[in-house]
Formats: sequence, C-alpha cells, structure tokens
Amino acid sequence: MTAISTRDIVLIALFAALTAALALFPPITLPLIGVPITAQSMGPMLAGAVLGARRGALAMGLVVALVALGLPILSGGRGGLGVFAGPTVGFLLGWIPAAYVTGLLHELGWNKLTALRSFVFATLGGIVVLYGLGVPVLAVQAGLSLKAAALGSAPFIPGDLVKAALTAAVALSVKRAWPIIRARDIATA
Amino acid sequence: MSPLHRCPPGPKLATLALAGTGLMFVTNPFAMLDFLALTLLGFHVAGFGGARIWRQIRPMLWMLAVLFLVQGGLAGWTLAALIVARLLTLMLLASLVTLTTRTEDLIATLERLLTPLAPLGVNPAKVGLAVSLALRFLPVIAEEAERVREAQAARGLGTHPLALILPLIVRVLKAAEEVAEAIEARSGHDDGPALSR
Repeated sequence: MTAISTRDIVLIALFAALTAALALFPPITLPLIGVPITAQSMGPMLAGAVLGARRGALAMGLVVALVALGLPILSGGRGGLGVFAGPTVGFLLGWIPAAYVTGLLHELGWNKLTALRSFVFATLGGIVVLYGLGVPVLAVQAGLSLKAAALGSAPFIPGDLVKAALTAAVALSVKRAWPIIRARDIATA
Repeated sequence: MSPLHRCPPGPKLATLALAGTGLMFVTNPFAMLDFLALTLLGFHVAGFGGARIWRQIRPMLWMLAVLFLVQGGLAGWTLAALIVARLLTLMLLASLVTLTTRTEDLIATLERLLTPLAPLGVNPAKVGLAVSLALRFLPVIAEEAERVREAQAARGLGTHPLALILPLIVRVLKAAEEVAEAIEARSGHDDGPALSR
C-alpha cells in the first residue's frame, strides 16, 4: 500500500468539506412519494466515483470524525456525538464502506466506464452497501423488526437512485476533464 | 466557565461511552427519566438554559416522534417511552459533551487516541492536518456553492442539480491541486514520504 501523499490528504479533506457543504442545499421533495431528498447523501457516491476507493472512504471517515467533533454538518444541522447514539447512525457510518465499494468498482471498470456502468457502481456502493448496514443498525437502535426498519427506509431509495444517476454523470465528466482515479486490475484489487 | 467546561475531554468521553452501554440495561421507564433529568441537570450546571436544550432537541424531534408512534403501535407504549427516553438522554448527553468541549481539545484528544494505531499505518499528525484543512475549507466551499447557484440562477439555468454540482466539484479538485502545491512549497524541508510525493 503506497503512502498517502499531501495531495491525497488535501483531496480527502476537501471532499469531506464538500460533503458537509452539500447539507446546505435545500432538499427536493419527490412528487408521489413525498420524501425529502437531501443532496448530502450523494457525498459517499461522489467521493467513491471521483476519488476512488481508498481516498473516498477516508474522506467519508473524515466526515464522520468531524460529526463526532461536534460540527453541525449533517443535513438539518445535526452533529455531535449525539448522532452516534441515534437510530440512523448505521447510515452515517455506512458512508465509509459505501464510498469504498463505489470507488473500488469505478477503479476496476475505469477503462471501460460508461454512464450506465457508473450508475450501477454507485447504486451497488451507495444504496446496496449503505442500506445493508443502515437498516440492521436502525432495527437494533430503534428496537424494530428488520422488516419494519426496511419498510421505513424504502421511501428514500427512489431519491438515492436519482443521486446515483447524477453521480454517474459527474463521474464521466470528471473522468474527461480532471481524472483523479487510476484504473486498477482485478488482480491487485 | 462551568466545572463541565473545565473538565478535560477524556473523562467526559469516557462517561458518554459508559452511558451508551449502561443505559441499555435500564428497563424501567421511570429510572430512565431519572437519567434524563440528571442529563438536564448537567446542562443547568454548564450554564445552558431551556432555549439551548430545545435547540439540541429540535432537529431530532420528528424522528423521535415517528419512532415513538411506530414503536408504540408495534410493541406497546411503555417500551416506546423507554426507548425514546433512552435515545433522548444519550443524544442530549453527547451534545452536552460537545457543547462543553472546545474543538481544538477534541482534535488533540483524537490525535492522542489515534497514537496507538500508528503501527497500523495511521499517522495522527496527518489526520490532524486533514481535520484542520476540512475545517478551513468548509466555509470556502459552502460560499462557492452559493456563488455557483446564484450565477446559474442569473443565467436562467434554474436549479438543475447537475449544473450545480459539476462546476463545484471541478473547482474543488482544482483548488485541491493548488493547496497541495502550496503546502509542499511551504513545508520546504522533506518530512519523509508522509508529506512529500
């Protein structure tokens, strides 16, 4: 594993700050479903798709650390150690593996990246992995059954699919204009 | 400064960790209310009034309300009250720790807590640098986001999310490049592979 360069640290720090800044965007409410979509949960997908697995996961780890330090950087002005006692803590901690998986898939498929593939990668990392961790933690923290926790989380999935599509568009544009990720072989993954 | 403000971060964090585990074993709702009252007393000792407490509770209010209704309908209202009181107590206690501890002290504690992880490749100084950089650039990026949004509204592009996020990300990536160069130019001497490329 190569050492983390100054450039890597800056990219990690700036993406953590960007994810925090996404909390300031006003939420959009989807018609029909009525669940507010916040821009912030795009952070892990974007970090993975733009920075790659390791730096993306570290950027999200930094966001988690900043929240623990008490900064009110989560959407709705939440922050502080209190969040870690809350029922949705799994979705926050899940940002780290979500960014990692999104990034790893992008690295593996980097040379043949298409919008559709990037969308699938962001969905696998930012939705499948995230909910895979967030839903069971919600069930435990809130004393709900797994099914009830899953049903309660499901209305957010359409919004997350929109975010995965936006992430794919961003990933392709960044790949063309300012590539950060380097392709990785299956063998070294 | 209250005694809670003067108390070093270590004991406060330890108390919080202990409460996080310990309160799981409290099964009597009235006993839980005692712990909630104790936490509120802590706010009073720290010199925070009702308005400050309300500001901590407000963001989590709807979530607690939904939880109470779902839990009450599924498993009974006593259990619902117990769970909501436990979450409220823990969240308030955690907020109390954050409110009475300066961010610099928490960063210093974080660096110290990370020191044992150094053999695993965690460099506490690098983590400290990343945290300070993120804190420094948070307001800059937030301002930049606002500016992009205004510029696009002025050009009549509306608020298409992609038109907003893409320029922002490209600017952040360019800024990262410049900041990295500035840090390396200024650090001058080579502090090993850690801070050089």
